Amino acid sequence: MPVFNQSRSNIVRLIFAGMFLIIVAQLFHLQIVSKKYKQQAQENALFRKSVYPTRGIIFDRKGKAILNNTILYDLMVTPAQVKNIDTAYFCQLMGIDTAEFHRRIVEARIKNGQFRPTTFEDLLAPEIYARMEENIWKFPGFNLQERPVRIYPYYAAAHIMGYVGEVDSAILRRSNNFYQLGDYVGRSGLEQYYEKALMGQRGIEFWIKDNKNRLVDHYQEGTLDTPAIAGKNLHTYLDIDLQQLAERLLNGKTGAVVAIEPKTGGILAMASGPSFDPNNLTGPDKQANYSKLVLDASGPLLNRAIKGQYQPGSTYKPLGALIGLDENVITPASGINCLGSYNACTKPVRCLESWAGHAATLRLAIAHSCNSFFCNTFRLEVDNPEIHSVRRGLTKWKEYVNAFGLGHRLGVDLPSEDGGNIPDTAVYDKDYNHAWNSCTMVTMGIGQDKMLVTPLQMANAMCIVANKGYYYTPHFVKSIEGAPEDDTLLSRFHQKHETVSHISDAAFEVVHSGMQDVTEIGTAKPARIPGIDMCAKTGTAENKRVIDGRVLKLNNHSVFVCFAPRENPRIAVSVIVENGGFGAAQAGVIASLLVEKYLNDTIATARLALEDDITNRNLMPGYLVRLQFRDDSNRAALWAKQSGDSSRWLKYQTPSFRYMMQDTSAGSKSPLYQALHKPAPYKSALAERMAKLKAQAAAATIGLDSALKAPATVHPPDSGVRKPAPVQHPKKDSSNGTEVPPVRLAPPPRRPDSSTYKDSTR
Amino acid sequence: MSTRNPAISKGIDWSLVWIWFILCAIGITSIFAASYHDGDNVVQGFISLKTDYSRQLLFFILAGIVGTFILLTDSKFFTATANLGYAFGIFLLLLVFPFHSRVKGTESIIRFGSAFQLQPADLCKLFVNLALAKYLSRVETNFTRPRSQLIAAVIALVPAMLSIMQKETGLSLVYFSFFLVMFREGLPASILVIGFSFSVLVVATLLLEPNTLALVLTAIALVAIYILRKAIKRTRSVLFLIVGVWFVCVGIQRFVVPFAFDHVFKPYQVKRIYDAIGKDYVPKDQATEVALENEVKTSGKKKDNNYNVKQSKIAIGSGGFIGKGLLKGTQTRYDFVPEQKTDFIFCTIGEGFGFLGSTIFLGIYVVLLMRIVTIAERQRSVFSRCYAYGVASVLFFHIIINVCMTVGLAPVIGIPLPFISYGGTSLLTFSIMLFILVRLDADRQMVLR
Repeated sequence: MPVFNQSRSNIVRLIFAGMFLIIVAQLFHLQIVSKKYKQQAQENALFRKSVYPTRGIIFDRKGKAILNNTILYDLMVTPAQVKNIDTAYFCQLMGIDTAEFHRRIVEARIKNGQFRPTTFEDLLAPEIYARMEENIWKFPGFNLQERPVRIYPYYAAAHIMGYVGEVDSAILRRSNNFYQLGDYVGRSGLEQYYEKALMGQRGIEFWIKDNKNRLVDHYQEGTLDTPAIAGKNLHTYLDIDLQQLAERLLNGKTGAVVAIEPKTGGILAMASGPSFDPNNLTGPDKQANYSKLVLDASGPLLNRAIKGQYQPGSTYKPLGALIGLDENVITPASGINCLGSYNACTKPVRCLESWAGHAATLRLAIAHSCNSFFCNTFRLEVDNPEIHSVRRGLTKWKEYVNAFGLGHRLGVDLPSEDGGNIPDTAVYDKDYNHAWNSCTMVTMGIGQDKMLVTPLQMANAMCIVANKGYYYTPHFVKSIEGAPEDDTLLSRFHQKHETVSHISDAAFEVVHSGMQDVTEIGTAKPARIPGIDMCAKTGTAENKRVIDGRVLKLNNHSVFVCFAPRENPRIAVSVIVENGGFGAAQAGVIASLLVEKYLNDTIATARLALEDDITNRNLMPGYLVRLQFRDDSNRAALWAKQSGDSSRWLKYQTPSFRYMMQDTSAGSKSPLYQALHKPAPYKSALAERMAKLKAQAAAATIGLDSALKAPATVHPPDSGVRKPAPVQHPKKDSSNGTEVPPVRLAPPPRRPDSSTYKDSTR
Repeated sequence: MSTRNPAISKGIDWSLVWIWFILCAIGITSIFAASYHDGDNVVQGFISLKTDYSRQLLFFILAGIVGTFILLTDSKFFTATANLGYAFGIFLLLLVFPFHSRVKGTESIIRFGSAFQLQPADLCKLFVNLALAKYLSRVETNFTRPRSQLIAAVIALVPAMLSIMQKETGLSLVYFSFFLVMFREGLPASILVIGFSFSVLVVATLLLEPNTLALVLTAIALVAIYILRKAIKRTRSVLFLIVGVWFVCVGIQRFVVPFAFDHVFKPYQVKRIYDAIGKDYVPKDQATEVALENEVKTSGKKKDNNYNVKQSKIAIGSGGFIGKGLLKGTQTRYDFVPEQKTDFIFCTIGEGFGFLGSTIFLGIYVVLLMRIVTIAERQRSVFSRCYAYGVASVLFFHIIINVCMTVGLAPVIGIPLPFISYGGTSLLTFSIMLFILVRLDADRQMVLR
């Protein structure tokens, strides 16, 4: 056969070679020229895994951990591996039904796919965890994953410590993508304020993942990984025993307590009522608990110590006296002939005392809280002849009050502090069209009118008075473990503010004497602590509230400030109890118990009955029932409007249901009312102490100490926890006095029938 | 045995055997790299027969044994049985229609029990190769005559038709590679040129706007008329030819291609073609879309081919110049590339050994093909030469389409990479083809008919 086409073999070879060259060119393009495939390969197979450090621990002044970490467990599921499990048994262990089980499996599939573990239930309750751990081997595809969780071992200081929660979009935006979705971040309190120190430093691990997004192995044996650095611990000034006592005493009341160490500005205790158990916002039910707290009309999430704005009432008077002394408009010997009211202005201001000579000197005027004297002093300050102008007089006065730390934010190390209000001339210009004089706002001299302060500010003002002119910004944190000396977070708390140190020591001494007389001979005798020189001032602030469009005059707020001891003061306290009535009645006793506890480290047995009494007193205002009803029914109506489901709303329109829900009479069946007036959960401190002492005595085989005999007869030891105080209604406050135990070791609060003094402050 | 040994090895081209051995070794290594997971016991994995690489090893040994038997066979056996084999191949293909089992959207597989399966469309290229060589080597055949060319084309394309009917378009395309053999034996070059131009036109139709393409074609025609104006002056028919070609081209571009895409091809095939040229396929109407979705559903392939190609390109592209090394490739090891043991096996090489390794690997193929062409040209018998060209063409077509598919130059049609891809039938078929060639070459001094 002739090989006539042999040349064509070369063409075939050429075709072969040409095609291979095209492929090699494409390979050159893919593997050498183009960089995007290498990057895409990394995106495919590399996973940046954040490693979360443990958050820092918060200690109190005695080194007790008041905010700690613990481990809870998440139940994870990998849907692809769930095979042949006893679903019924599993559901029984978990306490869910099979429909819910299938729903969650489907949800997990949608969320993370078949092959990646997804949370089936987070933060298992301890008993469910115990059950699951024993049986987890029976359920392939399920595993328990550790998860560090915050814990509050003392069940206290909820408002101060704050809580952690997942970041929201606002935080994400603000943090400049430092946080990632699903990160936990401090959402309030110290947790939020010291987030940077507490959170530590996130570590990053590079993992290789496969086509089903499963993490397979460390990338390059983990050489690129950075380890997580644990958060720094905080040491605070807080005294957790004092804090617990403060919260116990505020039980069943709306109000706030702040105790500060005057020498350092360190906050010893800060409580706000009503409060809640901070552990409710960490555990398995945190979502449900949180919604409950948010929807509660009494506002348990509100930290009234820094966000509650109240009229200081008579507790302002020592400051007024100091300003007057410094401006030389009064002297320690100044007096006023008060006969029960101040009549120099159009509208008389009533005074508590009407006997002659109760305001003969400054010291007596403070002791007896004479309204006339301080109205007069205020007018003298504003109309100061040396200033020649009432406008400049008011401005000057405002400067003084601001110097005492009122009317502006103090800068405490908690987020969202409120500044209170000290009005200036502009406000009165607007309200009175420039036609005003010192009489217009004369009640500002007794801490009313437009003056608003927070309990923290009042406690701080007491520090200034106690320190004779200076203060440190109130703060919780003493030191941050492992932080450099010149830490910017804390440096401003070490700065001494000598805002009113130009006021002479003599002026302070006079005011101190007056304030000491308050507890010796004056308005706060029930608050006196034997063996401690305490300087104090009571206050009773008018309380008006708009409810359903009507202005209601409610029971006065009970306000009290003090510091002790007089020489070398170690604690300054401010207490406010809403609807508490007369200053010494509630707030005074609370403050004195706190001071005693702090200075003596214990409360005298003789005064334990008083502590019990205060703890069990319920002063929750009845109007909260109405508010809660209104909020709930409005929500139900809104829900009906949005979803078309009116079943909830219709309930609120049934007359009998409406009546029952809003019934605030004693013994009411309204769940709202009962929730507000539930019996105190706290054990009787006295009964506890008695049992302890009795056990000690029995062990020592000596008879009961004679000092114990008297109380032992009052409270038979076998009676255990005392009956809760009878359900009270604010309007029936007068019944208070008669319901006390038959024998009292400490005198009962004076003038329980405070309603007669509604028009006046002391 | 010792006496027969020199007889067997006499005249055998050992270079082909060595290349075969090297390629099979690379193949087993690649399958191993693609399926090995950390902590697997390698020795156990190779012995157990449960892993893919151990099965491939078994088939390799089997192929070696079958190859030895082929080398022991008389060359005349292949010429003698060529037509019978072809008839048997067609019979097998027809047998598929009643007995096929439905696997992965194909209707071309017969199953024996659970373990063994046969794909006649794959096997048949061997018989077609022999039959075509037999026909071309007949003394009566005068390949310059169109009649003979037509018969040769029918021999090659009947199995292709049957393959298409079994929904194996990819495999049917392989039979078109036999036109290369016919080209060597004297098929007019114009047919190949026209065929090539036609495919260029089709691709251009897909890539360019219809009007733009029409303008380009018109421009080309005008330029041709201008250049050939003297020739046109001499013979008027040249003008008519150019105008006729222009008319046909525009007709194809305007009517034939859209008609074919809408009515002849299945939607998924159209989509694959679009994927290969890097365009998104937008189904024309609701019915097409539904058909496309059904196709995807029934085919059992969850991820579309676009995904495969993308992952494959990422895997190869991330290899860089020298690659990540054996077992170090993240993309292939963690199964990002689907079907990476079979059709996309080239990714493992591309990622693990980079540009350098891939080029060397392709170089081995080039050496193999060139060697086969050289061998073909030294044959005295037309049968052997045609057969050798057939082997070279089939191998070439498989390699080019497979590799182009993995690097994104060709549409995804599931055809294996010879000697490398996992799959017993494929390895055995190619080995048998190659060993028959070696056997024929050993008898190159003989004239076989």
